[in-house]
Amino acid sequence: MEITVSHYIVLSAILFAIGVYGVMTRRNILVVLMCLELMLNACNLAFIAFSKLHGGMAGHVFILMTITVAAAEVAVGLAFVVAIYKQRQSLDIDLLKILKG
Amino acid sequence: MVVSNKNPVISAISLVLTLFSTAVLFILLNAHFAAAIQVLVYAGAIMVLFLFTVMFLNIKDDELRFDALNIPRRLTFLFVFIIIVGYFASKLFITSKSFSKLSDPENFGTVKEVGTLLFTDYLLPFELTSILIVVAIVGVVVIAKVRKA
Repeated sequence: MEITVSHYIVLSAILFAIGVYGVMTRRNILVVLMCLELMLNACNLAFIAFSKLHGGMAGHVFILMTITVAAAEVAVGLAFVVAIYKQRQSLDIDLLKILKG
Repeated sequence: MVVSNKNPVISAISLVLTLFSTAVLFILLNAHFAAAIQVLVYAGAIMVLFLFTVMFLNIKDDELRFDALNIPRRLTFLFVFIIIVGYFASKLFITSKSFSKLSDPENFGTVKEVGTLLFTDYLLPFELTSILIVVAIVGVVVIAKVRKA
């Protein structure tokens, strides 16, 4: 069986769906952040597959930016995680209801 | 594995495995530069940050009990999962296009090509990402500092 672009896109969709599933179901805030990484990674895979399909290089530039955004997001997110954990000794996101206005 | 495991350390290591596998797929797609930064930045820097936080917080086993199986919630999102994947699969297998018929340009995926594109057509977004990183660094420092005081 030959590998086509749709295989890559379906794999990317599966990875993204696993990420969404994790974000929705897990209550550990660290694992939620990891699932966000998984979703960004699925986007990268789709970018590269389409870049190969069209023969352009723009996708490679864009995944550089995606990875930059992911790194920044993780840095800020983990700083928040440490701050929250110090305050309430738990990683349960359901305890963050105090944020409501 | 990333989603289903209860221990965050095992989740993180499974995520490293996933990222490495994706890097291999990038190499198969002739995207060598993308594969390199995937391994260096993602599997290197970001995962070290994750593991560092997990170790730093030093979570006990009984503190993870709250994350137990929540069957109705999980079933609901399993349906969402199946719908998303099924939609993409049905849509894309109709317009399947083989890679083997495509011939790449001479130096597709090399650092030189990516760099040329990055500093000509995409100069403004590139500079904006650098500003984003600076903002993130300053933000993290501020968050970390306020809690100490």
